[in-house]
Amino acid sequence: MKKKLMLLWQLFLTFFRIGAFTFGGGYAMIPLIEREVAEKKKWITGEELLEVVAVAESTPGPIAVNAATYVGYRTAGFAGAVAGTLGIILPSFAIILALSALLRRFYTFRAVRYAFMGIRAGVLALIIRALVSMYRKAPKNVFSYVIMALAFIVTAALPVDPVYVIIGCAVFGLVHSYVAGRREKE
Amino acid sequence: MIFLFLFLTFLKIGAFTFGGGYAMIPLIGSEVISRGWMTRGALVDFIAVSESTPGPFAVNIATFIGSEKGGFPGALCATAGVVLPSFVIILIVAVFFDRYRNSKGVSGVMSGLKPAVVGLIGAAALSVAGSVFLPDGFSWGIFKSGALYISLGVFAVAAALLFGKKKIHPVFVILISAALGVGLGFAVPGV
Repeated sequence: MKKKLMLLWQLFLTFFRIGAFTFGGGYAMIPLIEREVAEKKKWITGEELLEVVAVAESTPGPIAVNAATYVGYRTAGFAGAVAGTLGIILPSFAIILALSALLRRFYTFRAVRYAFMGIRAGVLALIIRALVSMYRKAPKNVFSYVIMALAFIVTAALPVDPVYVIIGCAVFGLVHSYVAGRREKE
Repeated sequence: MIFLFLFLTFLKIGAFTFGGGYAMIPLIGSEVISRGWMTRGALVDFIAVSESTPGPFAVNIATFIGSEKGGFPGALCATAGVVLPSFVIILIVAVFFDRYRNSKGVSGVMSGLKPAVVGLIGAAALSVAGSVFLPDGFSWGIFKSGALYISLGVFAVAAALLFGKKKIHPVFVILISAALGVGLGFAVPGV
């Protein structure tokens, strides 16, 4: 019992550290997770972690949270999943909570307004960078290009809930791969 | 009531976020801006705050909007909502890991979702570009505004840094953009 509690505490602490020291989220967190969880603690192997990351791409939610839940579950069952997930969320929860009070007060300064004018332009560059890297990762065929164009046009130009775009594209992908599989058999 | 509303809104956002933070901008925008919880400009500002603070974007924005609308309990409800779908789904996946990984259905769904994410981020880029360069909509007077030229200049520098040969961390891009914004803001007349 005591051993189990120690393990849960270790899971919580390790993911707390990962959550507190990775900026930008997502893929930036993976090397740190690998070092802490696979190399130091040996809770899972490096290969298994890579597979988890690949699977996490096909499940909703932030990849770091997915990895924390998975590693926690593998190491100590349901309680482990809770400990790992709480650990990775808590630092950003606490920091944003503290910041949100400060942000409003600072916004009245002229220098802060100018800073955010620059920052917004910088964020646009970051988004375009992400756009290019997701484009490189996407499959390159006619079906894929049609989906890209459809998702872009519908989201940008029509007052449609993006949830329907996501569901629609998932269904298209499923039907297309089923039809393509049938055709290959014949 | 606001607590339940926050929880359900972020539950929906959490359940449909694929392909990392930026792909969820249109979804967050349609939920949060249409309710008047946040303006488009404030959303772009918050993307920068989230890039400069630790933790995943989804968790950060849920905590932020939750605390703005409902204080500490609001932050708790929104964050719980955004995390719950991925928590439950990963638990299910962990049990059936091998079957899930090799499933034809999953790879079929992914062949539609991967390009969809590209389209969604493209739409996010377009809408953010609008709020950066034309914050008050288009008019010919915009070409006389110093703010437009500052934004264009900072964007060009940030893009050159990000697409250069050397790998650069997003936090540095934001710091440099902020410094350029302050410097040019005070230097250029008519901002």
